[in-house]
Amino acid sequence: MIDRRLSRRDLFRLGLAAGPASLLASCGWDGGPHLGPKLHAVSKVNDWVGEKLFLSSDRLAPQYPRSQRTAPRDFPAYSISHPLPVVADPAAWALEVKGLVAQPQRLTLAMIQALPSVTYTVKHHCVEGWTAIATWTGAPLASVIAMAQPTAAARYLRFDSFDHGYFNGWDLKSAMHPQTILAYAWNDRPLTPAHGAPLRVYAPIKLGYKLTKFLTAMTFTAEQPGGYWENQGYPWLGGV
Amino acid sequence: MSNTGPEMPPAAHPEDEAAGTSGAPGIAAGEPAAGTGSGVAAGAAVPSAAIAPSAAAVSSDEALASAVAPGAAAAPGKRPLVHRHHWLVRVTHWANAVLLVGMIASGLQIYNAFGHFGRRGGPFFPNPFDGKPFPRWATLGGWLAGGLNWHFALAWPFVLTGAAYLLYMVISGEWRSLLFRPRDVPRAIAMQLYYLRLRKQHPPQGKHNALQKGAYTFILLLGVISVLSGFAIYKPAQLSWLTVLFGGYELARYWHFWAVFLFLAFTLVHVTLVLVVDPASLRAMITGWYRGRFPSHD
Repeated sequence: MIDRRLSRRDLFRLGLAAGPASLLASCGWDGGPHLGPKLHAVSKVNDWVGEKLFLSSDRLAPQYPRSQRTAPRDFPAYSISHPLPVVADPAAWALEVKGLVAQPQRLTLAMIQALPSVTYTVKHHCVEGWTAIATWTGAPLASVIAMAQPTAAARYLRFDSFDHGYFNGWDLKSAMHPQTILAYAWNDRPLTPAHGAPLRVYAPIKLGYKLTKFLTAMTFTAEQPGGYWENQGYPWLGGV
Repeated sequence: MSNTGPEMPPAAHPEDEAAGTSGAPGIAAGEPAAGTGSGVAAGAAVPSAAIAPSAAAVSSDEALASAVAPGAAAAPGKRPLVHRHHWLVRVTHWANAVLLVGMIASGLQIYNAFGHFGRRGGPFFPNPFDGKPFPRWATLGGWLAGGLNWHFALAWPFVLTGAAYLLYMVISGEWRSLLFRPRDVPRAIAMQLYYLRLRKQHPPQGKHNALQKGAYTFILLLGVISVLSGFAIYKPAQLSWLTVLFGGYELARYWHFWAVFLFLAFTLVHVTLVLVVDPASLRAMITGWYRGRFPSHD
């Protein structure tokens, strides 16, 4: 009888201890020096799954009517530099296309705007969890890639900006997706500095932090280029 | 389900002396006609005895237990030790319990980055936690990227153990003792009346009573919905068909969030009832062996 009472009390103790123990185990822990790298390794597996299994060139992100657009003042825009980086002389600006390519390019904004354009109204997914809808206009990245003719060794694409060294690495499959564009217009108007003027990458198949603003260069590489936030721990693929 | 295992067979188990003292009212075991003591059980069906057994209640309970204990082979005053849970059920149960704590804590870390549900500019869906970050002790990851990495790393084992469990239930046929079906509705009502003391006799049951079946079926469904809504907000463009099923990205995120509180509510009730009504079932979920007052099989 006494034994049983004790054992039941022990059960209660076990239950009472389990709660705080699991909470202590939480406490904002990022995995530490041992588990942290393992989490990063799993993230690489998820990048692979995201690119090979989930991503398809045929699957397009849904489009929305213009009436569904988020009010421009409600569409957040982030940059690393403050105040916003601005190109002093837009006429002197050009996009360098280089790296593992047969035909390096130096494209002015006028040259990019002369290419066949794509306009779509799509949902923007931020890694933080918010969404906003806007209309974007630009040249399909695939047409610029076709001009540069990447070599067989090219596996990734690195986008550089004039925003305090912000950069992103992309897989070529996402870069070749028909909805991936070099955007120069937002909601039917020329891109504002807040959204990356004069030129940014845009795609509704990637999270916002992958969509490099204030572009200066595109470099084809064999090695995975990392990225500004990605090197600090964010998932590298960032595909939605 | 084999009865062979590292544990000793029922008759020779050293803890047999402790049998029949789990301080609970006797119940009619299995089929109503099978129990010799169904009438006796009615007289002893006092729910409060399970919570705070007095000496008198226990002593009368001991007599009852011998009369109605499942398994006629049991000697008077002793309940048989029976194998209740397959190792796969036990492993996946505890694995998913731990994984769920990690999934919830890292999920709350992710929530803290944008504590609203709805598009920018609103309106936002009703949420008592709207705009309020969860405290650090309730989160895992330290910052958004850490939370994401934990969440996406734990998601795969969570899905795999869940799938292994469901597969086992289907292949073994054990789903029959757990799945809530339409015929369980009147049984659940009877069980609820018993718990409310509006019915004296414990309704006959198999491995689980009808309310348990409802709860376990619900929690499995919630697990499936959590995983599916998780994929819907993980790949809203590539799996847009799935996201549409949940009413869009913002609603999928909303349901994914509410699942947390349903899991927590279930866990609270589940753990309380295990400790109060059937403590022997905790041992069964750890070792597989059960010496309690309920039938172990349908």
